[in-house]
Amino acid sequence: MNEHETLEVIGKPYPKKDARIKVTGECPFGGDIQVPGMLHGKMLRSPHAHARILSIDTSKAEKLKGVRAVVTGKDFPGILYGNFMHTRDYLPLAIDRVRYMGEEVAAVAADDEDTAWEALNLIDVEYEPLPAVFHHEEAMKEGAPLIYDDKPGNISCRSVWEFGDIEKGFSESYLIKEDTYRTQPIKHGMLETHTCIGFWDANDKITLESCKQSPYVVWRQLAMGLGVPPHNVRMKQTFVGAGNSGGKQEAMPMDFASVMLSRKTGRPVKIVHTMKEVLTIGHMRHPFKIDLKIGVDKEGIIKAVDCYAIADGGAHTSIGQLSIYLLGAFFMAAYKIPNVRYQGYRIYTNKSWPGALRGHCAPQSRFAFEGLLDDIANELGLDHFEIRKRNAITPGYEGPNGFKITSCGFKEALDKAKEVSGWDKKKGKLPKYRGIGLGAAGFATGANIMGMSACSALLKVQEDATVALQSGATDVGQGCDTVLPMIVAEVLGIEPDDVSFALVDSDYTPIDGGTWGSRVTFYAGNAVKVAALDARKQLAQVAAEILKAKEDDLVFKKKKVFLRGNSDKSIELDRLIRHCQNRKGMTIMGRGYYNAPAEIPDHITGKGNFTPTYSFYVQVCEVEVDPETGQVEILNMWTAHDGGREINPMLVRGQLLGAALMHQGQALFEGLIRDDKGRTLNPSFLDYKMATSMDIPARQEFYSMEMPDPEGPFGAKEAGEGSGTPTLAAIANALYDAVGVRFTELPIIPEKIYRAMNKKG
Amino acid sequence: MKQEIELRINGQTYEVEAQPWRTLLEVLRDQLNLTGTKQSCGEGHCGACTVIVDGQAVNSCLMLAFEAQGKDILTIEGLSEGGQLHPIQEAFVTHGAVQCGFCSPGMIIAAKAFLDQNPDPSEAEIRKAISGHLCRCTGYVQIIEAIRAAAEKMGTR
Repeated sequence: MNEHETLEVIGKPYPKKDARIKVTGECPFGGDIQVPGMLHGKMLRSPHAHARILSIDTSKAEKLKGVRAVVTGKDFPGILYGNFMHTRDYLPLAIDRVRYMGEEVAAVAADDEDTAWEALNLIDVEYEPLPAVFHHEEAMKEGAPLIYDDKPGNISCRSVWEFGDIEKGFSESYLIKEDTYRTQPIKHGMLETHTCIGFWDANDKITLESCKQSPYVVWRQLAMGLGVPPHNVRMKQTFVGAGNSGGKQEAMPMDFASVMLSRKTGRPVKIVHTMKEVLTIGHMRHPFKIDLKIGVDKEGIIKAVDCYAIADGGAHTSIGQLSIYLLGAFFMAAYKIPNVRYQGYRIYTNKSWPGALRGHCAPQSRFAFEGLLDDIANELGLDHFEIRKRNAITPGYEGPNGFKITSCGFKEALDKAKEVSGWDKKKGKLPKYRGIGLGAAGFATGANIMGMSACSALLKVQEDATVALQSGATDVGQGCDTVLPMIVAEVLGIEPDDVSFALVDSDYTPIDGGTWGSRVTFYAGNAVKVAALDARKQLAQVAAEILKAKEDDLVFKKKKVFLRGNSDKSIELDRLIRHCQNRKGMTIMGRGYYNAPAEIPDHITGKGNFTPTYSFYVQVCEVEVDPETGQVEILNMWTAHDGGREINPMLVRGQLLGAALMHQGQALFEGLIRDDKGRTLNPSFLDYKMATSMDIPARQEFYSMEMPDPEGPFGAKEAGEGSGTPTLAAIANALYDAVGVRFTELPIIPEKIYRAMNKKG
Repeated sequence: MKQEIELRINGQTYEVEAQPWRTLLEVLRDQLNLTGTKQSCGEGHCGACTVIVDGQAVNSCLMLAFEAQGKDILTIEGLSEGGQLHPIQEAFVTHGAVQCGFCSPGMIIAAKAFLDQNPDPSEAEIRKAISGHLCRCTGYVQIIEAIRAAAEKMGTR
């Protein structure tokens, strides 16, 4: 096996394979695609936060010149679709009720976009407004308007669990502290808005071409909502202009509308959301109110944790059953907690709704936990690193909820971050208004969350010693289009450039779980590696005959197959492949599949191991606050992480940098603002502020522990997404050090800092 | 309502009929099929649609196509020559400055306009030059490094 020899490809900074077509503008994103006969679609949205639909009259719109079809909710079979079976609450288009301002009630297809927009104004919808509720705490109260008749208390889903004995844990505690933390909704902020082209052909084959990051999830949901068997649906993935989860993870009303408009017209229908639509409608980060209580003994060892958390769930559940579990679960992935109670409730309100977003509830979870842990350390007079090290998860640890820790370099990362940040020289010794703080987190490497969580791969070995790789994995910019070919190249002794990477097409590419939860390198990477080994075995059998050697003694390297220790006894790889094809009739196809040895955790009862392997992050932040304005400057950011072996360090660094900066924005200024009527007040990048190049820390450094994971392909595990998970905490903790105020509500805008400093005096 | 206009794009002349309210971005993408220039926010806040007009980087979503008549327009399609990537494009590839790539054409075009005026910029100047461009993937650092590397390479050519 090459793996035990020097690695030729793994660990090298290969440029992203699609970068060349992206820098020339050739790369076709969904919006760039034109299809002959194509119509343009637009969505009509509810102006009410909560209302009954009494009637919809589309006749005037249909008569407008250039309008080819109008659809409403009644054109669909009325089947609820979504993720977990018990939380399905989406309809393709609303039928008799709208639950938030922006909900889709009808759609138009016309010859051009202007006509489609104009036609929307001609659709008469008669609404009967219903009492609405906009705050999750209000929505839980008795007598609050019910958003779904069958969801008492407006509970969209819950995750309630207790492990160990918290009463005993708190009774054994020397110090118990509690606080309430609040986090805001932020948007995914991808630049490519949701885009789709739907086509329903005469054979009833329904094709959706769209920028989906989990195409097979969409494939299944489309079939579900349309009430057709999945084989009738063909999901073709376009290049994805970033996703960060959200609407690119699921089938959206626009997707259903485009295929139904196509059915009515017999023509392909393209729908592109405007950025205003993206910022107004669903999918965002869950806003939480987190009541957290931690008890520790005299040494600062955690004895018990109790948390009551409620999330503002908006009008739909999306993947929220997982989200509400994850907030509590991410308490359990960093420190040893023997006794824990978690009560998480996701509450419906009449607003645009949250779902998954880069880091999926870990940042909010760590923001609360790490802040309170610092307060405890301060009261005990313990160093902030010391309290974390005393409680840190270690290899082989099994949590009371069933988390099983395998490879773990958390303590090593703590030591590294402390050393490189010069913590001992800085903590408590910085000038006034300067501060240093740290945050830590454990993060996941994918999960078996529901249904199909496996990955598979097919590869076709070609006569010029190249490989056409088909996996079900989707690149959203994170680099699997390069990392997966690197794995094939390593196994077969060729170059990454010799391996092509296919976009997902549900009619041709193998099935896959999707791009979420930092799963692709690990899950798809293992499947791809198995497929490459399968192809290599077939080649090795023939090479062994030709070279009169044992298969196990053959080495595949530099496009040759040779006898270990005797490179003169060799055959060129392309010759070998041609020999297989032309002389033996063997076309070499590799096949592989993989599912991780993790359980399917119960998201309601919290029991089970969430992910096959955990990654760990320690981030130290140094800030300076301007006392005149409350403005914060990030002077330094040091991140030490255990992300296994980095298959491509340049791509990993890009991920680390991107995730951290996104969360810097959430910590200090970013957020979606809705008024008390559920209206989004900043649905434009003019007012919805994301971090720019002016916001990046003056200095930032990343340190990988480079500890290969035993299960990951070539030792890889989650690397990148997690770097944003401790950032909210690291910044808030550094601000505490700088100005002596504990900020428990995000974002920590200059006004808040200024007022808090003045109040403190 | 449509009127004929003549645009000079990437050294070539295009005659198009467009309504007077069409933006340069709409005409480039929808009528001329020059889709390398991306549409994102459509309001001038993200920089994805940046093109160079008479040496200046502009948001093509904020310029009417009519206003661009008689001017030299450079889009991302016109940057590489004879199949050779421009040094800025090459540096974006080799420095990991491209992830999803949706901001890349606008970012690269902005970098071109900027380096033409400032061949030897500091990191702080580069940061400022691309501050009107949003990128949610990269955290900007590898983009800044790529622009700096391109400047060095262009300086020694």
